[in-house]
Amino acid sequence: MPWIVRGLRDGIVTTRYPRRPDGYGDGYRAAVRVVDARPPVPGEASSLAGMCPTAAIDTSGGVVAVDRGKCIVCGACVEQRPDRFAFEPSPEVAASARRALVVGSSGHAGALGAEDDAAVEEARAELARRVRVLRRSVHVRHVDAGSDGSEEWEVNALLNPVYDVHRLGVFFTASPRHADLLLVTGVGTAAMAGPLRRTWEAMPDPKIVLAAGTDAVSGGLVQPTYASGAGIDAIVPVDVWVPGSPPSPFSLLHGILLAVGLLPRDRGATAAIPDRRRRAGTRASGRTAVR
Amino acid sequence: MTAAGGSGEARPPEGDANRVLGVGASAARRRAPETGSDASGGVALPVVGRVAGTTSVVTVDGSDLAATLAQRVGAGARVAAMLATARADGSTTLLAVLARSAHLDVVESHLEPGRSAYPSVARLVPPAAWYEREIHDLFGLVPEGHPRLDPLVLPQTGGAHTPRPGGPGGSGGPGSSGGCGSFAPDTAALPADVVGEGMFTIPYGPVRSGVFETIEYLIETFGEDIPSIRPRVHHKHRGLDGRFGELGADEAVLLAERVEGVASVAHAMAFSQAVEHLAGVVVPRPAELLRVVHAELERVANHLDSIVRHCEGAGQAVAYARLSTHKERVMRLRSRLGGHRFGRGVVVPGGVTAPPRIPIAALLADVERVERAVASDIGALMVTPSFLDRLRKTGPVPHDVAAAHGALGPVGRGSGLVSDVRVERPYGAYRSLGFDVAVAQDGDALGRQHVRVAEISQAFHLVHQALDELARDELRSHGERDPVGAGDPLRWRALLPATATGTAVASVEAPQGELLYLVEMAAGRLVRVKPRSASFHNLVLFPGAFQGDIFTDFVFIEASFGLSFAGVAG
Repeated sequence: MPWIVRGLRDGIVTTRYPRRPDGYGDGYRAAVRVVDARPPVPGEASSLAGMCPTAAIDTSGGVVAVDRGKCIVCGACVEQRPDRFAFEPSPEVAASARRALVVGSSGHAGALGAEDDAAVEEARAELARRVRVLRRSVHVRHVDAGSDGSEEWEVNALLNPVYDVHRLGVFFTASPRHADLLLVTGVGTAAMAGPLRRTWEAMPDPKIVLAAGTDAVSGGLVQPTYASGAGIDAIVPVDVWVPGSPPSPFSLLHGILLAVGLLPRDRGATAAIPDRRRRAGTRASGRTAVR
Repeated sequence: MTAAGGSGEARPPEGDANRVLGVGASAARRRAPETGSDASGGVALPVVGRVAGTTSVVTVDGSDLAATLAQRVGAGARVAAMLATARADGSTTLLAVLARSAHLDVVESHLEPGRSAYPSVARLVPPAAWYEREIHDLFGLVPEGHPRLDPLVLPQTGGAHTPRPGGPGGSGGPGSSGGCGSFAPDTAALPADVVGEGMFTIPYGPVRSGVFETIEYLIETFGEDIPSIRPRVHHKHRGLDGRFGELGADEAVLLAERVEGVASVAHAMAFSQAVEHLAGVVVPRPAELLRVVHAELERVANHLDSIVRHCEGAGQAVAYARLSTHKERVMRLRSRLGGHRFGRGVVVPGGVTAPPRIPIAALLADVERVERAVASDIGALMVTPSFLDRLRKTGPVPHDVAAAHGALGPVGRGSGLVSDVRVERPYGAYRSLGFDVAVAQDGDALGRQHVRVAEISQAFHLVHQALDELARDELRSHGERDPVGAGDPLRWRALLPATATGTAVASVEAPQGELLYLVEMAAGRLVRVKPRSASFHNLVLFPGAFQGDIFTDFVFIEASFGLSFAGVAG
């Protein structure tokens, strides 16, 4: 059978995310959320902290919160304390401020005080102003700063027909000179600090930095060692944080769309989402879920 | 059939359960389903000598290490790994693992405090060269007479003081991963091997043109041909050896999954098996079967990744689109099975954390659907001349080169080496499951591709056998009310005693090849964990595969090796 016929065999397999929710993405364990954030009873705080291999459970604010930036989604807390913790079913876990990754029971920013909420909102508005010109198309340069290799698979998956980020105007580029968004994976090793910094410097303004994965956000389980750092923020200024070990393609896509202000829930952004197939008039019924 | 090691008998590489499947020139045949093997898996290997999981341990003086290893290698063994461990008293243990078909042997030397040099092994046994470079980087031990003692996992520092992290028990004390200060990499250092008119060096990397893991290739060229290429892997070095020493066994398995993230299941299995050797526990049969399901799906995903990269390089747009979609299908199948796209959080010392998340009948249907889709498109790809022409005679690794180095995994089998841990030293449920070892003779990128194609089908075959047995077992022991036995935790995970002490070596066949873990424990606490990924061992052969090849062949040679650089740098 000629390849061209083969290529038509399965119809359209591409997800409709972010315009429509995606069943697979919404069933995947992208992060941990707090079910019951009530203050720990005496003696409970240390047992809660002891469950977590990366010290992601934070009781310092009086309530129980999870720092998704440190969480490697190993599930130890969900297994031992299902009354307090559960897996987050939504892949939309990216945040535009590091502190917004610390979540209480009510989702994002639940553990933060009002002034923190305001600061997070301010950071987000500042980012939105900066990236306004990138809304129709964004070019991404990826740099591995000491990942375990799985993040690269998930970044590459964005280019397969299932995610097909080209439909959203997202393109990967080889040259940092052409790049708007620097997508960094890995813990930020000592030996990659220089090359990463020089890549960032070579990018034209406006530029955005996305830390992809718990390793890039905080060092994850690797932690600072003699050769690796606690995330890449010490090397380049991060704008968008995507937790996950590794983050699923949906989480990465959420992070990229958040970075350039293309998420449908952003006011006025929906109209800006380029979706070539939609313009070509493809009927929605032609899509098949990939299983 | 008895479990290997149970009666002290060595199993021949081509045993009764498994046979060698010639691929490439000869037609691939499917073997009949395995019958008649009893469920005798799950028997822990006997502890022989002082290193569990090995056949013999010999201690020699540091000055005799090279000669002893050379003599063993001359007698047919291959160097599988070499590593050092610093002791609290200031002494250092040098340990070499030798493999000869069914056996692993250990030769070790103790270097007393203050002694920092020994005669180089690589001088007599070339495959030891990278291991000695790594040991020199981390421990400061000087192998006298080493052919080329450049830094490997640490950056070149241009003559400035080079810190020696020393691993666990090093300068920072036992279990410490710090205490050596920071590095000052000399980024301008560009060593050259070849000199001549018009020769120049291109540093390709560490930030490469595309979504790749970081590595730097120093390519020496005078235009189109590539007379010399040298990989530099230190950019990704994370200092994991030392980090392991700070964790408990339950947390260390999580770190093992992150040493080489695309082979998480293999790493968790090798680490867990080493701990199980030391604890003397028997893994429940259902857990062993489930481990095989996860490990073989991981193999399928890795081999598909390699094939997808070939398609991308060859401009096979439709094949790329379809096979990358199939890879996504495999990843989704894995996440439905265990909750994680890379199979993390499933394999732990003692067994697995949880039964399959979906009913086995549904799982079997899913596996069959994915298998059919993959087989159809790969079948079409492997008769597409414009694709095959790019691979044929590209990146040759001759049989004698592969044999002398002890090439692992698809790289070795693509060059005619019949070597597969699942057959040579069967572990877990592989003791009783049947499959064919795929071997090609050509040694080029196409040979390695043929091996991967055959292994994908064999992996599905193994998944079917494991799931069939799980389904039968499920009905027999639990009936309909509690099909997966979720109410019986010991069915999936044996309890580990907290007193495990000693040293163990465990090996599994990862998608990249033989993966070794050395684990040393004292009273249930981890003292030293050293993974040796197949990527580390095989990357040494990469430069040699460029004989007569040009720049445009680069992508195929790299994809056909299928290495993960995270596993190389450590």
